[in-house]
Amino acid sequence: MKNNVFDRRAFLKSAAAGGAAAAATTVPHAAEAQQNAPAPAPASPNPAYTYLNPEEAAFVEALVDHMVPADEHSPKGTDLGLAIYIDRALAGGWGKGDRLYMQGPWKRGVPSQGYQLPLTPAELYRTGIAAANIACVKSYGKSFDKIGAAQREEFLLALQAGKVTFENGLPARVFFTTLYQNVVEGMFADPMYGGNRNKAGWKLIGFPGVIAVHYQNIEKYRDKKYTVDPVGIADMS
Amino acid sequence: MTTKLKEVDVVIVGLGWTGGILAKELSAAGLKVVALERGGVKSTENDFAVPAVRDELRYVIRHDLMQNTAKDTLTVRNNPSQDALPMRRLGSFLPGEAVGGSGVHWSGHTWRWTDMEFKVRTYYEERYGKNHIPADMALQDWGITYDELEPYYDKFEYTAAVSGKAGNIRGQIQPGGNPFEAPRARDYPLPPLTPLLANEMFRAAAQGNGYHPFPRPSANASRAYTNPDGSRFGACQYCGHCQRFGCEANAKGSPHMTVIPIAMRSPNFELRTNMWVTKVLKASGGKRVTGVTYTNVLNGEEYEQPASIVILTAYAINNVHLMLLSGIGQPYDPVSQKGVIGKNYCYQTGASATLFFEGRHFNPFMNAGGSNWTMDDYNANEAFDRGKGGFVGGYIVGSGFNTTLPIGFRPVPSGTPAWGTAWKAAMAKWYQTAMVIGMSGSVMPNRYNYYDLDPTYRNAFGLPLMRMTFDYKENEHRIGRHAVEVINAIAKSMNPTRLNPAVARTDPWTVVPYQSTHNTGGAIMGTNPRTSALNKYLQSWDYENLFVVGANVFAHNASYNPTGPVGALAYWTAEAIKNRYLKNPGPLVSA
Repeated sequence: MKNNVFDRRAFLKSAAAGGAAAAATTVPHAAEAQQNAPAPAPASPNPAYTYLNPEEAAFVEALVDHMVPADEHSPKGTDLGLAIYIDRALAGGWGKGDRLYMQGPWKRGVPSQGYQLPLTPAELYRTGIAAANIACVKSYGKSFDKIGAAQREEFLLALQAGKVTFENGLPARVFFTTLYQNVVEGMFADPMYGGNRNKAGWKLIGFPGVIAVHYQNIEKYRDKKYTVDPVGIADMS
Repeated sequence: MTTKLKEVDVVIVGLGWTGGILAKELSAAGLKVVALERGGVKSTENDFAVPAVRDELRYVIRHDLMQNTAKDTLTVRNNPSQDALPMRRLGSFLPGEAVGGSGVHWSGHTWRWTDMEFKVRTYYEERYGKNHIPADMALQDWGITYDELEPYYDKFEYTAAVSGKAGNIRGQIQPGGNPFEAPRARDYPLPPLTPLLANEMFRAAAQGNGYHPFPRPSANASRAYTNPDGSRFGACQYCGHCQRFGCEANAKGSPHMTVIPIAMRSPNFELRTNMWVTKVLKASGGKRVTGVTYTNVLNGEEYEQPASIVILTAYAINNVHLMLLSGIGQPYDPVSQKGVIGKNYCYQTGASATLFFEGRHFNPFMNAGGSNWTMDDYNANEAFDRGKGGFVGGYIVGSGFNTTLPIGFRPVPSGTPAWGTAWKAAMAKWYQTAMVIGMSGSVMPNRYNYYDLDPTYRNAFGLPLMRMTFDYKENEHRIGRHAVEVINAIAKSMNPTRLNPAVARTDPWTVVPYQSTHNTGGAIMGTNPRTSALNKYLQSWDYENLFVVGANVFAHNASYNPTGPVGALAYWTAEAIKNRYLKNPGPLVSA
């Protein structure tokens, strides 16, 4: 993602080369601040990632902007905060394997036995993105973030269908399933998690958010459209 | 170094609905009762308050109120020829953890199971002949009758604020209720929930097809209510955040705001949280248990709590696991079909159709956990001939919404792309204009569906994980095929703009995605110690001062939700302990 001020990845590269703290640890509360702004600002804040490295950030930004393009229904994925959502999820407890049983022995098993990789979600992203970019370079000569929309579409459909084999042995479909689930979470989870910015995901479908006292509304709005400005947890806290 | 504590009258392992009911009843009867709960305390004020509780990601997706699989989980496989592997995160079912247990995050559906279940083998043999029951189906009677349980169903319904409409009061069929239910002494304590558009459309279509739909009975208070114990309920707000959430309005019947606080007020009752029971202790060579061993999970210290009576009231799976870990009773062996602990594990099956109606507004974010209109024509209805379908059991069909939040629920017509502008357009168009008709089907016991201890994987205490071996059998596939024809016929009669028809499942049971937290069996009640772990009073056949309460006692699983009989049996067991066992300690049923 480019922004008006400077090229963030170029900055990170030079910062790392210069020995500065490249891993920006500032969590952008701008997302929340923006929700309370009187007019929705289309410009997004500078993303500061706490887990994703530049290559991973480029992959995730390209992915969410492809899956959620800007159109009449919503802004594009990065403007919805989806890359920030994913980065925070990976940096937090879930990404670190919270609640995940991590004892071996490790076996592939059958699909009905569910997730069996010896990887936390953060590790799955790290190895999965690297493998996906290698697969893209092999097919298209460039990493996922550098290929065009038609090639991205073809690659993601192949990933979803289980037609991509990663050279490092990582099951590509497991990686895809996790990515896709996280994109959906970022679109529709409460905005306090960094995605669903300006409740654009909720506005897309008409979900009212946390306003949820409908005792009177069941009859009042039976077969009628219920339209409100959606409310997030931060708005009521 | 284990610290041995002073003996108490009763130790209760796990404090949800069943533990809470027994804690309240037995401490009121004058017994000194200690409850050990592996989780902590959650309160409506601190943990279920708005707005923080309205968080789909935290509660639905990340399982905030549920058992932590990093500490303890199960291994799973579909049949004994597979290697069982750990369920590394929750999926298919969601046992609760903390005071209140799964009674905090349930939806509230409360059914009365009838003699069609309790006398299941007798019923099918008499009606359809012995050959109707497959040789590998371990079908057996429960040893209890509906008439015995009726007063306890009533007690549970009035405690938990069940809203509904009676269909049969003392043999008189009541208009608007379930005409196939067994006779009840009186109506539900509260009138039914207000119907949603989807409820009304399903009701009209089901009636038009000759069926008998009714409001699903549910422990969601349809108006403010004070139960017979004095516990106060707010009216349900149809907030759309019910299943997997605690209720901020105290409108969902839950043990943490009913029976448990009442027990807490008794000087005879003591609750110890963050205490993980690892073993039930047996008297040497005797027919008694002597107490339990537990670990304080905050500092790792181990204690022995001696007790005159031990009652296991953890989640159904964990009750059976603790018995296997403790060497209580003979473990079940599917080859010889001998042994009883781990036997008759059952689950449930389901299928659903999604109906899309251009121009309608279903408002799927407004609902109670029990906002469902249901028909029992293929379940409790004795006139339904199972001979033609060639199966044992049945299914209920219903429609409504329950916690249909947007990460998990965004219906789109089949063939819609999974991302991109067309995906977004479809979600925008159909999120509010779709409804679902679904079925829940029974699962009958099979000799190869069972629990035992895993030989490889261990939990945080170094103890073997529970191993679950389960798959659907031909009986369930027949039920599924029958049900989807019925669902799709009703759906087509409603003339939707688009229809994703119901499809009968044929694939193996899988640990993802979520299906149902209705795991039953494993330590079942019955009439014979060779084929059951417990007698009709849920007393161990082998250890007369051990009682085990929960859905693990079910000898098979019906299509109804299990909490009605689970709650009723907890009251039934409390009465048996107070009025029978204490007066004459020993086996309450001669083997």
